[in-house]
Amino acid sequence: MLSRKLSEIAKTIRSKNAGVDKITFDVIFPNQATYERVCKSGVLSRAAVCRIFGIDAAQITDHVEFDPALAIKFTVYRRVPSGSPGDADVFGSQQYGPLLDIDVPGG
Amino acid sequence: MPRSEMPASIQRRSAQHTLRIICPNGHLGFAPIKTGSFCIGCESEPDLICADSGSCDVGPVPLGADISSSPRQWQVDDLETMLLASRRLGVPMIVGSAGDTGSNSRVDLFVGIVRDLAEKHRLPRFRVGYFYSEVGKDELRRRIAIGDTVAGLDGRPPLDIATLEATGRVVAMAGIHPYIKLLDAGADVIIGGRSSDCAIFAAPAIRRGFPPGLAYFFGKVLECASFCAEPYGGKESVLGEITMDDVKVTAMLPEQRCTIASVAGHAMYERANPFYEHFLGGHIDMSGCHYEQYDERTVRVTGPKYVPASELRVKLEGAGKIGERYVGILGVRDPYTIANIDLVTAWARQQVRERFGEQGYELHFTVYGRDAILGDREPLKAEPGHELGVVVQGVAPTKAMAEEVCMIATRQMFYARLPEVKGTAGGVAFLLDEVMPASPAYRWTLNHTMRLEDPLELFPTFIAEAGV
Repeated sequence: MLSRKLSEIAKTIRSKNAGVDKITFDVIFPNQATYERVCKSGVLSRAAVCRIFGIDAAQITDHVEFDPALAIKFTVYRRVPSGSPGDADVFGSQQYGPLLDIDVPGG
Repeated sequence: MPRSEMPASIQRRSAQHTLRIICPNGHLGFAPIKTGSFCIGCESEPDLICADSGSCDVGPVPLGADISSSPRQWQVDDLETMLLASRRLGVPMIVGSAGDTGSNSRVDLFVGIVRDLAEKHRLPRFRVGYFYSEVGKDELRRRIAIGDTVAGLDGRPPLDIATLEATGRVVAMAGIHPYIKLLDAGADVIIGGRSSDCAIFAAPAIRRGFPPGLAYFFGKVLECASFCAEPYGGKESVLGEITMDDVKVTAMLPEQRCTIASVAGHAMYERANPFYEHFLGGHIDMSGCHYEQYDERTVRVTGPKYVPASELRVKLEGAGKIGERYVGILGVRDPYTIANIDLVTAWARQQVRERFGEQGYELHFTVYGRDAILGDREPLKAEPGHELGVVVQGVAPTKAMAEEVCMIATRQMFYARLPEVKGTAGGVAFLLDEVMPASPAYRWTLNHTMRLEDPLELFPTFIAEAGV
């Protein structure tokens, strides 16, 4: 089945601190059809997010399909609070990298 | 752009009872205000000019060390841009969470800058209102002692004495209340301590009688300035207008537009959940928000709901010092060493252990080219690049010890003993054969909430004169 990478069909893929203990991910699509296709595909479901980052479901605090913004949004606990020694992403702004190459069936 | 070319909506008020706020910067002092779009905004009949200056994104060091994360001159420049416009137009100016952290010293710094600028420009006399947000550790100790739980957020346990003792400074997140009190007292300029971003904008709107749901949303959408517009471009001004029925937001930079996607997209920016925004006194529920394109650069929003809190709880942020810090930087090119980099760092750690024992310091190896940024969560951690960069951090109670911890670990990576390594003249490449002093290491010790009787009890307000 034909597939495309998430980075080819999403408008925005980003991560950012949500407070000092969490990082939130936003994947925003350019149109309703693409948004719905990705939602249905399950490639960004809770289970998929756990698999991609190798985390337990309990590490995900929120997971929302946010229709007004055509966005899938999820939030995870940080490994350590932002800016603690050893944390190398104080703003949480480069955690989205593994999402770019996700294959979306029929993308 | 001349006003005649702007959409009609930003020249003419859309209803009898409106309030307009220009927001020129989402983090004042952190990167400079772009003045072109700000000038356009100032010609659009704003009733106030407001900006947030705070963020916990900058990490725990600024709050712990009581410093700002950017040079003083950048703060002066942004405050000067806002102050001169505010005094020329005769409209109030509000800055919240002064100097990144909103600590007392940052409020004093900003008030001092405003007074210096007023003197420099010979501005006619005006009133500067300000308030503090720091919370004394004695007050928190008292709460713990009487069992008035200081509750943890985001999975943290309630505050205990050990965590409190490890904390250097605590600020509380004010709501609209001190801003309204200072506006009532006739302040022309307000410099706020730590406060919720949205409160800076919601306060003048609620004071003028606009519905709180819309007023807090008004703040929510304006607080990051042009982050609610597209194409992406920070530090450009946006204009917000609130009426009894709706909130409208317009991009001021001619090249930017506010669209349904950009405004809704911003509603979820840097928060765990796009539907709720919490602040002292309650939260707004944005799940019923309706977004519509009002004109080509303006979005109209209706439907946010205000939900008052059953108990007043204020958010606390606290940072504590872990120790002094030194940093070493090195690289690796030998593929065999790259494949065994964990053995190399383990060797280096063991050498530190032999000198200083198991405890009393921290040692961190950040391996760029493998998993520096995501750590355990990196799916490609088994596929390192052909070069690795390693940053070594040593943290200890004294500078001398931190330097030594870092130096042992950095240099011993050079001497690491790998059984089959071909290169026997040095296992790593040094950028500098030295370790460098860095800011002391801090951590966020408090991300908690505390019960309040009165929303003003932690936030004393003051009025001073400025100008000539």
